[in-house]
Formats: sequence, structure tokens, C-alpha cells
Amino acid sequence: MRRWSVAALFLLPGSLLIVLFFLLPVVLTLVLSATNLSTTTFSHPSWVGWGNYQELLQARFTPLILKNTLKYVILTLFFNVGMGLLLALITAFLPVRLGDAFRALWLLPRITASVVYVLIWQGLAAVAPYGLLSDLTGNSQNWIQQSPWAVVVLANGVIGASFGMLLFTSAIRAIPSDLLHAAAVDGATTWQSIYRVVLPLLRWPILFVSAYQTLSLLTSFEYILLLTNGGPGFYSTEVWSLSAYHQAFSNYFGNAQFGLGSAMAAVLVVIGVVVSLIYLRVFNFKELLGEPKVEVN
Amino acid sequence: MKGSQVRLEGLSKRFGKVEVLRPLDLEVQPGELVAFLGPSGCGKTTTLLLIAGIYQPSSGGIFFDGKQVNSLHPKDRDIGMVFQSYALYPHLNLFENIAFPLRLKRIAQAEVRRRVDQVAEFLGIAQVLFRRPGQVSGGQQQRAALARALVKEPSLLLLDEPLSNLDARIRLSARSEIRRLQQDLGITSVLVTHDQSEALAMADRVAVFSTGQVQQFATPEELYHRPSNTFVAGFVGDPPMNLLQGTFTEGKFDWDGLTIPVPPGHPGGSGYLGVRPEDIRLGGEIPTRLGIAEPLGREVLLSLDLGEGKTLKVLTPAGTRLAPGASLGLELRGAPLHFFDAEGRRVGS
Repeated sequence: MRRWSVAALFLLPGSLLIVLFFLLPVVLTLVLSATNLSTTTFSHPSWVGWGNYQELLQARFTPLILKNTLKYVILTLFFNVGMGLLLALITAFLPVRLGDAFRALWLLPRITASVVYVLIWQGLAAVAPYGLLSDLTGNSQNWIQQSPWAVVVLANGVIGASFGMLLFTSAIRAIPSDLLHAAAVDGATTWQSIYRVVLPLLRWPILFVSAYQTLSLLTSFEYILLLTNGGPGFYSTEVWSLSAYHQAFSNYFGNAQFGLGSAMAAVLVVIGVVVSLIYLRVFNFKELLGEPKVEVN
Repeated sequence: MKGSQVRLEGLSKRFGKVEVLRPLDLEVQPGELVAFLGPSGCGKTTTLLLIAGIYQPSSGGIFFDGKQVNSLHPKDRDIGMVFQSYALYPHLNLFENIAFPLRLKRIAQAEVRRRVDQVAEFLGIAQVLFRRPGQVSGGQQQRAALARALVKEPSLLLLDEPLSNLDARIRLSARSEIRRLQQDLGITSVLVTHDQSEALAMADRVAVFSTGQVQQFATPEELYHRPSNTFVAGFVGDPPMNLLQGTFTEGKFDWDGLTIPVPPGHPGGSGYLGVRPEDIRLGGEIPTRLGIAEPLGREVLLSLDLGEGKTLKVLTPAGTRLAPGASLGLELRGAPLHFFDAEGRRVGS
């Protein structure tokens, strides 16, 4: 009896936080998504059942927004993981201090307030003589307006890559140096050592970072909101999570549709769960977790 | 089979301000097995990694068959190496581990198969080739590491403490197995070890390292019978040589109040007298008391107390039953004595 009460005591704080800030909001969102709650119906909301979901299915821009979401997640994911890997490999083979300094530099955007960070990008991307890119290339244009996707992916990626960079760096450091020495003696060039020894041993962290970043990218929209607000033009960079936000809190017509926004959020939860299941299945997480990541004899 | 000649000339290595290897000259003849012996931190592994090309020398030269290889990448040095940790690639099975050097040379699959099978058969790991390193025993890992080093038929084999992670029982058989293999193949080899019995048993010649310097480079017999200084005398041999610090005068050695008659050839003045435990006989006139007796099977190791903190180790044949505290007389006459001067350098023959 006592054993269980101690266990319960230790579990309590964490469980409470999960219930309060995760389970409860999910339930509230699901409940809201079945109503037509909005600014105009605020005093007399009514149940609409699957109505919001039906509306989403029929909405004109749903396919475009889904396509944007896919594009955003895939492009940024590849940039994040690839860049993270590249940075980790480069800094791991630099002298320790230089590598640390370089990594610290790459973490700066992550600890910079989003608004300040986006202001910097706007400074970079503005027309001449204000924008650095325009000045440097001699091609004066508003880069955010001209190539919104590139800016959106890069702005997210520069921050996102640091996550992979940190994880990959520690994973690379965990590889015994004897393995790299052995590879060199066996006849491997530095590139072959990386390709044939380091990368296979980074399989687990790469999968973990990919899975984690996919899920976080699906729900992240703050930088898109601040950079393009879904534009330029009609929905050209509007992704699902941003759209949910727009519907719920910042509707163009001034009518914030909380119900519809909640339905969109709920759809996102379902997508997230499905993607997680696919990751678990395809990468056989159970087996990966079972065996040691790097063997040290 | 081929075996290259290795020559080190004034080779030294420093990491920042720390000099881990002082300028070193040494030659390994083709087909010879040379052991680098010493305690940890003595520079022996550093020297091996310099020969392998994993470290760059701070000064001096490394020559293979007369050709300087200082700036040559490890992959171009035609060497095979066995690491203390074995350094098998954990994500590959033993077959792919052994095949790794051949794959890098883009050798055809059929030939890779043939050569891996051959070396695996030779080393007795053919049954476990398709298991991962984590799924086989330490002895099998060690053989796989050796197979990987040998499969590309290198002209120099570097062994970094290859036996230290094995059980004591396997270690003895692995030791003679590696030696036999090395002699059959005629491959020039350098063995790094901290185990003096391993070095003496396996090597043609042994370089004894201490504090980043080679103390003596000689055959096992020479090291044992004519150690060039007190470090080698104390390090080589198990149990180690008794080293008595005292003063030499005409025909006598004064060891803290105890006078031992010595033949001529000693340095005179303060110095060390060395005598191996197996060279001391019981039944003489030097009075001692038995401290402890450690039966070693064939022999018994006695710690004898000569008063005022002076002790001597003596090996006697098993069978003599002695009680602690028993009075014993010692005989040093006729025993080979080693003389060292105050700096610890050998004096006389």
C-alpha cells in the first residue's frame, strides 16, 4: 500500500500539469469544435455537431492550405535536419573552443524574442537602401514579397537547425575516437569515415530529431505570422495552424470564429497522431530504443 | 609475406606544453615483433599512434623501408591495427567489419568473400561472422579485430594492448596464437603493452618506456639479465628485482647498517644494489625474520624483514613450510648482483 502511495506522490505534480495544460485544453478544443461559438454568437452559441468539419471539407482554400502545410513542413524539416547535421559535423571536427563558440552563435536566434528576430529578417529583406540583401546583391526588392517561401523556410530553419545541431553534436561526441582511428587505418578518408561510420551511428538521433521536428513544425506558425501573415496575396504561405489562428482570433471580417478554429486545431491533433504512428511504425522505435545507441567496449 | 622496416629518428610529440614523448630513435627490422612496454602515461601508445599516422609528430621522422611517411595519411601507410577497445563498428556484423578495409579499396564482392572467409577460418570465427560485435564474446571480438587488421595483408601490424580486455585464461592462449600468427606471416609488428610478462613472452625485442623516454631497447634476455637502469630493473620481472639503496665502499655495500660483501666492479659511493628474488638462497648468515609467505604454486614468495624497515623478497621452491616470524638466514654470495650508481644507471657488466 505504502509503495503505491509514494509512487502516486511522485507522479502527482507531473500528472497534474499534463491534465491541466494538455488534456483539459484538448477536451475543451474538441467541445468548442462542435459549437458555432464566434464573436457574433458569443452570448448564444449552439451545437452544430460535425458542422464545422463539414465546412472545412467544402472550403475553397482547404486544399491550398493543406498543400502549403505539407510544403512548409517538408522543406523546413529537410533544412533543419540537414543543416543541423552539417553544423554538428563541421563543429565536431573543429577545435573544441571554436566549435563551442560557433554553436553558441547558432543558438542566439533561438533565445532571441520572435518579434525581434523577425525584425532582423525584415531588415535583411527590405528594399534598398534599407535592406542588406538588396544592397549586397544590387537587386533592390522586398525579398519577403518576392520569395516568401524561401524566407519562411530559412527564418524557421536557422532557428530549427540548432536543435538538431545540439543533439547530433553530443551523439558525435559519444562515438569513441578509436572507431574513427580504426576507420582511418582501415583506409577511409575523412568523408568515408563520416559516411560509413559516423552517420550510421547517428541513425537514432536523426530519426528522433526528424520525428520531433515534424510534429513541432506542424503546429508552429509564429514566424510565418510575423513575416508574411500567410501572404503575400491570398493564402500563399498560409499553413493549417496559422489558418486555425486566423479563424479563431484574427478573422479578416472581424468575426472571430472560435468554433471553426477549434475544429481546425482538432484536425491538426489527428494529423499529428497519425504522423507519430507512421514514424513509430516505419522507424521501428521499439527496436531502436532497445539496443544501445553506441557501444563502448 | 612482406614486412616493412620501421625507423624512428628523433621522434617527439608534445600536446600544448606537455612533452609526452621525448626525442626517440628506434628501429624495427622486417618481420620482427617489437614490444613497447611501460606503465600508463609513459608515451608508448603515443608512439604507436605516431607510427599509425593518427598523431602528427612534433619533430623527427618516421621511415618505412627508408621512405619518410610523416605526412602520409593513415590510410596510405599500409598498416593494420588492433585497438585495446577493438574498435569494431557496432552497426556492422563481423563479416562487414572484417570486409571494411576491402570495401574501401573497392575490391570485387567475390574476392572480399574469399578473403574474409579465409582469415575468419584461420582465426576460428567463421561460425559467428554474421553476428554483430555486441553479440559475440570478448575473445571473438578480439579475433575479429585482428582479422580486420590482417585481411588487407598490411606490411606493418600495430597492436595496442590487444590482450588486456581478455580473461586471464584466454589471454595466455591468445598471446601464443598472435605470436605464432605473426611469425608465420613474417609481418613486422609493434605491440604496446603494460604487462611485462606479455612483452617478454611475445617480443623479439622490447623497448621499455618511462616518462616519455625509452629506458632500454633490447632482447627479453638482455632486459632481464642486464637491465640498464633501476627503472627497467624494477619494472621487468615478476616479482621485481630487490633494489637496495646504500653506499659502496671497497668490497662492501652498506645498506642502512647492514654490510653485504660485493665483488669488484661496483660504482663506489652511494648507489643501488640489485638482486633478483630467485637468486637469493636461504641458509646463510644474514639474519632475517619472515614477514609473510605467499604460495604461488610452483614457488613461494617470501617477504623477509631485516629490521629497521628493510625488507627483501625471496623466491624459494614450494614445499618449505614456514611460520610467520620464523628466523631465516640469507646467502647472497654467488648470486648475480647488479650495480647502479646514484642516478640509477647500471655500472659494470
